Amino acid sequence: MAFDETKTEDFKVVGQRVKRPDGVDKVTGKAKFGADAVAPGMLFAAVVRSPHAHAGIVKIDTSKAEALGGVKGVVTRADFATGLTGGDLDVLENVMAGEKALYDGHAVAAVAATSQLIARDAAKLIEVEYEVLPHVTDVDMAMASDAPVIREGAADQSVPEGMHANVVRYHESGHGDIEAGFAEADLVVEDSFKTEATHQGYIEPHACLAQLGGDNKGELWCCTQGHWNVQKLCAAMLGLETSQLRVTASEIGGGFGGKTAVFIEPVALALSRKTNRPVKLVMSRSEVFRATGPTASTSMDIKIGMKKDGTITAGQGTFRLQGGAFPGAPMEFTAMCAFAPYNLQNVKQVGYDVMANRPKQAAYRAPGSPMAAFAVESVIDELCKKLGLDPIEVRLKNASKQGTKASFGPTWDRIGLVETLEAAQSHPHYSAPLKEGQGRGISCGFWFNHGGETSVTLALSEDGTAQLSVGTPDIGGSRASMAQMAAEELGIPYENIRTTIADTATLGYNEVSHGSRVTYASGLATIKAARSAVKILCARAAAKWGIDEDAVVWENGCAKPSGPNAGEFDPLPIDKLTRSMGRTGGPIVGHFEATPEGAGVSFATHIVDAEVDKETGQTKVVRYTVVQDAGKAINPAYVEGQFQGGAAQGIGWALNEEYIYGEDGRLQNSVFLDYRIPVASDLPMIDTVIVEVPNPGHPYGVRGVGETSICPPLAAIANAVSNAAGVRLKELPMSPPRILAALENQAKNG
Amino acid sequence: MVEVNLWSGLRAFAHGKDCVEVDAKNVGEVLSGLVEKYPGLEHVIEAGVSVAVDGKVIASGLTEPVKPDSEVYLMQQLKGG
Repeated sequence: MAFDETKTEDFKVVGQRVKRPDGVDKVTGKAKFGADAVAPGMLFAAVVRSPHAHAGIVKIDTSKAEALGGVKGVVTRADFATGLTGGDLDVLENVMAGEKALYDGHAVAAVAATSQLIARDAAKLIEVEYEVLPHVTDVDMAMASDAPVIREGAADQSVPEGMHANVVRYHESGHGDIEAGFAEADLVVEDSFKTEATHQGYIEPHACLAQLGGDNKGELWCCTQGHWNVQKLCAAMLGLETSQLRVTASEIGGGFGGKTAVFIEPVALALSRKTNRPVKLVMSRSEVFRATGPTASTSMDIKIGMKKDGTITAGQGTFRLQGGAFPGAPMEFTAMCAFAPYNLQNVKQVGYDVMANRPKQAAYRAPGSPMAAFAVESVIDELCKKLGLDPIEVRLKNASKQGTKASFGPTWDRIGLVETLEAAQSHPHYSAPLKEGQGRGISCGFWFNHGGETSVTLALSEDGTAQLSVGTPDIGGSRASMAQMAAEELGIPYENIRTTIADTATLGYNEVSHGSRVTYASGLATIKAARSAVKILCARAAAKWGIDEDAVVWENGCAKPSGPNAGEFDPLPIDKLTRSMGRTGGPIVGHFEATPEGAGVSFATHIVDAEVDKETGQTKVVRYTVVQDAGKAINPAYVEGQFQGGAAQGIGWALNEEYIYGEDGRLQNSVFLDYRIPVASDLPMIDTVIVEVPNPGHPYGVRGVGETSICPPLAAIANAVSNAAGVRLKELPMSPPRILAALENQAKNG
Repeated sequence: MVEVNLWSGLRAFAHGKDCVEVDAKNVGEVLSGLVEKYPGLEHVIEAGVSVAVDGKVIASGLTEPVKPDSEVYLMQQLKGG
């Protein structure tokens, strides 16, 4: 097969539901996660965190802690690099506070000792003198003229004059004549919505083991979605040469975007350098909630005009996102995703990135998109109800498709939204009768997907098996899908491929496992690395037969003459070629290094049935169907797992999960008992339908699937709950008190 | 010359225009051409942008080709979770 050829049918291994190679290790406890790393002479660390939402740090006295037996070292901001600017400075400020503590839980010092207990005791002996300052945690209040300023001068040049200093970035996009569009409409609905911050909720807390000597050469083992990024950031924070820090990614117990950043890794490295001992640092769950990135909270205004026949004439959205005490809330994605499913002649979206005294937000599956869908799809549902229109018919009527103009500008290439809507419409779920007290909601959702820098090698062994080294941590079964793609190209059994997540010293740079990029980009790189190995195999066979390299083809794991004119030779299987490779030119290794740019976007349509108890306000999701375009499902079981995972997290976000801050600006619910993620008994069986509209930018047509699945749930569930309760729910989570309040308000006001 | 569409928030840095022309054969030349003609866009481009060329979103590749009749949109830099 030629290096750039695409393949869309006759797959032998791709499309099979093979077992993941890491499965047995994970269910038997053999797999090594972040906290499992150990080293001789290892110390244990604890972090001192601010109890205040906003405070000047007047003085830090570490003398009592340092005098405690077993304590080997203490670090503060003075132990990190100086002179950083821009994003690196923001990351360092978040990792270890400088002049001010910016949120409850902000790290101000850390200590390493010979046991975890001593480290915790020592942390309590570190005396920090604070000057408590006024704080703000709500996005709308943070924009008000009387709000305390979190950090002066943080705004970039995009922010219009006159905005509060907490507004740090501004986005505006769209096309057409928005007012003329509204004038054309038979009905215009305008409403406001809010969503609270939610945490990615990964089961494994952040953990690492660091070893850094006085010579500034180091090793770091950690749970992360991207160890090259960890290497780069830690080197900057510690003033190291990047290549002198080798980072190895452990198995990862969930990330969902939250492990694309660094929090404790630079701290452990600083402690290790200071003590000249390996240092282990593991966060508690409470630290994870207080000091690692949740998603942004939002406040949104939506206005949509529609004709009686369901044609949307104009859409307008204003999206205010609070991303903690640093710039970076993904308001531009919220704005660009909001109306992406629809072909609108008149559309305008405005976004504000707002700082508040909360932890620095981190990416969470399709950052910014789920909230936008909640607001926009709620208004579309309201329009459909008021005009007596079928919600899927209206979405089909307005759907984006190849050749229409996206709400953020470009003309769409081949996309699969219509196919997901048609599959949802014909699914038995959509026409199933509802019981008393139940409501049905549907929603579409969109995410861009991403390619990114990628480096892969595939080394053939003497026996004809293969070792595949990739640099993207396996957060969703990617070792299985990579091995499937390599096996497909090499024509050997799936079991004959071993996929390893290589460390930073082994491969070229690999971007983080984010943006739903792994099966797309590492998959593309794997296919091309395998094809480059096949090319060498064919050359070795050609040399043996004494014919031209181009006269050899690779089929079913064997080199063969391409036709009768090439000569008559028996096929040479892979193991015969690899057995002699040391004597026919040396080791056979395929590799691929590039930044693939053809990540295909993805759309989904979800159907939800919910039941609301109007006495208690409790909601139960009774039926859920996910329909999503995967381009090509390499392993359908893991694609379905991504679909179900997005829906499950969306159910939590929609119904129960929220960051609750007290009047004092402190987080009130920093453990899972108080921050309620869904458990198995909260969820129905989540049905899935895989739609396959091939992405022209991938050799097999793959589109990323990991993020789009969380885009529709908030809206689909809100529509179902609103239809069941008989009142529009405009604020997430739709917890029992909020549902009761909405019902009470409706009874009062009619 | 290639027509480059800007998101409307950038008008303030491009003399009030949301569609400008630059002389470019690839994405890198589009970006450098924009900065040369409209220096106010430099901070935006340095902070990171993506470029959509004929519907394909180029997240970072400066060597991706651009034709005179290509549809080109400057977009916010794409990331993900």
